[in-house]
Amino acid sequence: MAEQPFRLKQTGRLGTEKPLAFTFDGKRYEGMAGDTLASALLANGVQLVGRSFKYHRPRGIFSAGSEEPNALVELRSGARREPNTRATMIELYDGLDARSQNRWPSLSLDLLAVNSLAAPILSAGFYYKTFMWPSQFWEKVYEPLIRRAAGLGRAAQEADPDHYEKATAFCDVLVIGAGPAGLMAALAAGRAGARVILAEEDFRLGGRLLGDRRRLDGQPSPQWVAQIEAELDEMPNVRIMTRTTVFGAYDGGVYGALERVSDHLPEPLPFTPRQRLWHIIARRTVLAAGAIERPLLFGNNDRPGVMLAGAVRTYLNRHAVAPGGRAIVFATNDDAARTVADLTAAGIAVVALVDPRPRPPSSSIDLADRVGAAFVTGIISRAIGLRQVEAAVVETDRGRTIVYDCDLIAVSGGWNPSIHLSTHLGGKPVWNEDRAAFLPGTPPPGTTVIGAAAGDFALRDCLAEGARAGLDAAEGEGFDGDEPALPEVDPEGTGIGPLLTTTAARGKTFVDLQNDVTVKDVELANREGFHAVEHLKRYTTLGMATDQGKTANVLGLALMAELTGKPIAAIGTTTARPPFTPVAIGALAGHHRGRDFRPTRLTPSHDWAARQGAVFVEAGQWLRAQYFPRPGEADWLATVNREVNAVRTSVGVCDVSTLGKIDIQGADAATFLDRVYTNTFSTLPVGKARYGLMLREDGFVMDDGTTARLADDHFFMTTTTANAAKVMQHLEFCHQWLWPELDVALVSVTEAWSQYAVSGPKSRDVLRTVIDPEHDISDAAFPYMAAGAISVGGIPGRLFRLSFSGELAYEIALPASYGNALIQALMEAGAPFGIVPYGTEALGVMRVEKGHVAGNELNGTTTAHDLGLGRMVSAKKDFIGRTLANRAALIDTNRPRLAGFRPVDRTERLRAGAHFIQLDTEAVAANDQGYMTSVAFSPTLGHWIGLGLISGGEKRIGEIVRAYDPVRNGDIAVEIVAPVFVDPEGVKLRG
Amino acid sequence: MRIPCPSCGERGHEEFAYLGDASLVRPDPTAPDAEARFADYVYLRDNPAGALRELWYHAAGCHAWLVVTRDTRTHEISGVEPAKAAALRRQEAG
Repeated sequence: MAEQPFRLKQTGRLGTEKPLAFTFDGKRYEGMAGDTLASALLANGVQLVGRSFKYHRPRGIFSAGSEEPNALVELRSGARREPNTRATMIELYDGLDARSQNRWPSLSLDLLAVNSLAAPILSAGFYYKTFMWPSQFWEKVYEPLIRRAAGLGRAAQEADPDHYEKATAFCDVLVIGAGPAGLMAALAAGRAGARVILAEEDFRLGGRLLGDRRRLDGQPSPQWVAQIEAELDEMPNVRIMTRTTVFGAYDGGVYGALERVSDHLPEPLPFTPRQRLWHIIARRTVLAAGAIERPLLFGNNDRPGVMLAGAVRTYLNRHAVAPGGRAIVFATNDDAARTVADLTAAGIAVVALVDPRPRPPSSSIDLADRVGAAFVTGIISRAIGLRQVEAAVVETDRGRTIVYDCDLIAVSGGWNPSIHLSTHLGGKPVWNEDRAAFLPGTPPPGTTVIGAAAGDFALRDCLAEGARAGLDAAEGEGFDGDEPALPEVDPEGTGIGPLLTTTAARGKTFVDLQNDVTVKDVELANREGFHAVEHLKRYTTLGMATDQGKTANVLGLALMAELTGKPIAAIGTTTARPPFTPVAIGALAGHHRGRDFRPTRLTPSHDWAARQGAVFVEAGQWLRAQYFPRPGEADWLATVNREVNAVRTSVGVCDVSTLGKIDIQGADAATFLDRVYTNTFSTLPVGKARYGLMLREDGFVMDDGTTARLADDHFFMTTTTANAAKVMQHLEFCHQWLWPELDVALVSVTEAWSQYAVSGPKSRDVLRTVIDPEHDISDAAFPYMAAGAISVGGIPGRLFRLSFSGELAYEIALPASYGNALIQALMEAGAPFGIVPYGTEALGVMRVEKGHVAGNELNGTTTAHDLGLGRMVSAKKDFIGRTLANRAALIDTNRPRLAGFRPVDRTERLRAGAHFIQLDTEAVAANDQGYMTSVAFSPTLGHWIGLGLISGGEKRIGEIVRAYDPVRNGDIAVEIVAPVFVDPEGVKLRG
Repeated sequence: MRIPCPSCGERGHEEFAYLGDASLVRPDPTAPDAEARFADYVYLRDNPAGALRELWYHAAGCHAWLVVTRDTRTHEISGVEPAKAAALRRQEAG
C-alpha cells in the first residue's frame, strides 16, 4: 500500500492516527481524517483523476472547493453509485470507493482522446452544424455516438436505497458562510441574543482561515476559529449547520439549503437520512459566501498540475499535502506572495513568480529574492507535459522566452465574489473595475453582503464588516448588543491587477474546463454573431453543467468584451439561478416518493375489507375495495358478475365512506344551496334528500351528489370522492366572497362519518335487524329519497334512502370510529340473505346499467345538457354557471351528448375510449363524432354495454355507428340506445 | 413567499391556493348584456406590474379566503385581510 508520499510531515499527525483506507480506480490508498478525496489523492501523488468532457484530455484537481470543474468522480457503487461528485467536496471515510469518469478503456490510456484530433468539428455549436444530415441519422447514429464519447459519468441503475428528509427552520439572522466575515457576523448577532443560523458548506468552520496561515490576536488562524466556534457552540440561540449549502434565495426571506447529513459516512446510520432539505425562514440575512479564485489563460492550462493558488495553499496548510514538488506561481495580485511563502515553508521549491503587472509590489520581488525564485514580469504562455505538467513556458515583458521545469503551476487571476445568492431574486451584478470583479447589485430585501462576497478581500475588512453586519441585523430585529472587539491581524497586501485576457497563448487554452470550451470557441461565437452573454453560453456551453461556470464565466465575459471592444460592464453577466450547487432530486422529493408520494387514506373498515380478500384501487388519495374475489373464481369479471347478481337478486354492501361530506348550517343554508346547485333545494322538505348538480361559473359541470335536509337550517351534502376538496373550496369562495351576507357555515365532515350503501331487494330486511327498533324504516315511513336520524345500538347515526344501483337501497352512516363494527353487524345481519360485500367495479357496472354519470362523464368538458341532465337546470333562479351555460354553442343539440351503446353483435366487447364514426366513413379525426366514456359487462343483460358522448346524443337512438379503437385494434358496429339499460322506469328502487 | 394569514399567522405560500384578481365582481345576471359581462368576468384578466389585490385560499390552514395585496414584480406582500370582510365592505359601498 502507498504511504502518502506527498503528505507533509511537519503536522506530526502522520503515524499517530489510524489511516483511512480508500480505493480509486480499484487501487488502494491511505488518507487521513479531515481529508477530502482530493487531498487524499494528492497526498498519494495521484494527479490525473479524470478525462475531459469532449476531448478526453487528462485532468487533475484544480480547486479545493465546490467550484471544482475537473475532478468529477463516480462515488460508491451499486444503488448508491453517484456520478459527477466533486473530489474536492467528498470527505474521506474508511472504505471509500471512487472511480474516474469518461475514459475508455482506462484513465491513463484513453483511446477517445483522439477526439482532440477531431477538434475542428467538435468546436462551439458543433452539434448544430455537423450532424445535420441525413436527418434520420441523428437519433439512431449520431446521438448514441456522441453520448458515448462525451459524457459525465453513469447514474445508478437501481432505486436509491437511502431516504431524504425535509425540515423547516426559523431565525432572526441567517449567516451564509463561516469564514472570517461570517464568523464575526454570527458572533455579533449571537451575543446580542438574536436567533442565528450559521450555515457552512464545508465540514469545518473557518473558510480561508483554514487554508491560509494567518495570525489573529497572535494566534494561528485555526486556533482563533476554534475559539469563536466554541463560543458560538455555547449560545443556545445560535445553530451551527456545517455540511450545509444554502443553494437558493426565494421570496419572503425563504432560503433553500441542503444538509449533507451522511455523505461523509460509508452509508447513513440507521434511521438517519442521507441528506436533509431545509427551508430556512430568515428575518435578515448576512451573505458571507466568500469568493472563488479565477484561473488564467495559457496553452494547456488544463493539465494536471495546474491549480488555483488558493487551493494550493489549502492543500499545504489545511491538509498538509504537497500538491507538487517544484512549483511556479503565476498571479496578477498580491496573494502571490502568500502562495510563494507557503510553498517555501512547506519545503517545496518555487522556481519563479510570474506577475504580469508592470509595477509589481516590492514585497513580492523581495520575497522571491529571499526564497531563491526568479521574479518575472510577464506571463506563462504554455504548459508543457501531457498527463502532468513538466514545465512552463514564460514570456517576459522584454520579449524573452524562458522554460522552467516544474510539476505545479499555481495560478490566480483575482477573485470572483460569490454573489450568486444575491442575484436569485433578480439583483443585477455590477462590474467594479478597481477590484476587477462583479459585485452584488441590489441584494434581496433584508440581505447584507459582506467580506469577500462583497469584493472586500482583506481579512481585516472581512472581520470588521462581519461584526458590523451581524450587529446591524440583530438590532434590526430589536436586539441590543455591542460590536465584538476585532482581533489584531497580520499585515497583508491586497493589490490586484486588471483582469487578464490577452494572452500569447499557444496550444489549447481553456476558458471553461468542465465543458472543454476554449478561447477559440469564444472567438468563433463572436465571429458567428453570438455576442450576447446568454447566446455565448448556449452556443459554446460555457458556464453550463454541474459547476455552472463558477471558475469560467467571468473569464468568458472578459474575453467577449475584449473581442467586441466593449467594457465588461456593457457585456453583463448571465443570470445565476438556484441551485448554487447541484441538489439531488431525491432531496427535493424527500419522503414523497413511490407509495408515499402523497398520503394514502384508508376508510374505517379497510382492515376488515382486507381480511375479506379485497383487491384495492386508488380513488384520489383513498384506497377503495375494487372487488372481493372468492376461491374458484376464474377472473375479476366472474367476481364482479357475482357481486352484481347478488345485489340485483338479494343484497350487497359497499363502503361509500370516501364520498366528500359537507355539513351546511344557517338560516340562509337553503338560499345558499339554491345559488350553488342548478336545481332548487329551498323546496326540499326536511327529512328528504335530493340529487344536485353543480356547475362552474363557465357553465360546465363541476360535480354532483345528493344533499339531504336534516332540519330547516341544516343540510348534509355529499360530493364525489375525487372532488371533495375542490367543492369545499368552491363553496367557501361562494360563501366568503360572493355572498358574505348569507347566514351559513360550512364544515367538511368527510372523515367524521363512515357510510355504507346497503343495496338490493333484501336491504330493508338487513337494516331492520341492525337499526334500533324504535326507528320505523318501512316504505311508508321512510320512502325513496327519505333521510333522517337513526341509531344503531344506541349510537346516533343517519339513514338515507338513496340508490346508485337502481335497487331498493340505503346509505347508513355512523361516526367513523364505529365503521368497522357497523360493517360487521351488517354482514352478520345479512348472512341469512347471502349478503356480499361489493367493490367499486360492481358499483360501476350497476351505475352504467342505470345510466348514471360518474367521473368519466363529469370530465370538465361536459354541460348539464350534454349529460342528459337538462331537466335539472332551473330557469327560475340564478345559480353559479347559469349565464354562461346558456351560451348558444353550449346548448347546441349537436354537441356530443350522453347516449347508451350496445354491440350489434352481442358477443363483442366494448372498449372505453373508442371513437364513434359513422358507418362507411373513413376513420380520420375530421369524421370523429365523440367517444365511449364508460363500459361494463352487464350480467343482468348478458352482454357489454356502454355510455358515451356522441354528436346529437339521444336524437340518434336506433342508429348504428362504428366504435373505432385503433390502440387495441377495435372496430365494431354499435347501436345507439337510451342510456338506461336496466329498469328504466325505476320501479325497483321504490320497492 | 410567505403570506401572513389573519387567523393562522405567517405561513408558506405552499399552504395556499391562488385564484387571482380580487377586483373582479360577479356581474348582475339580469343585466341585458349579462352573457358578455360574465365572459369577461370568467375569462379576461389584466396582468398589471405592481401592486395587485388578489384572492388566495388557505387550503391547508383555516379555509379562509383572503385578499392579499402583492407586488407582482417583487412578490412583496403589503396587506392581507379576510375576503369576507372585504366583500362586506364592497357591498356596503354598493
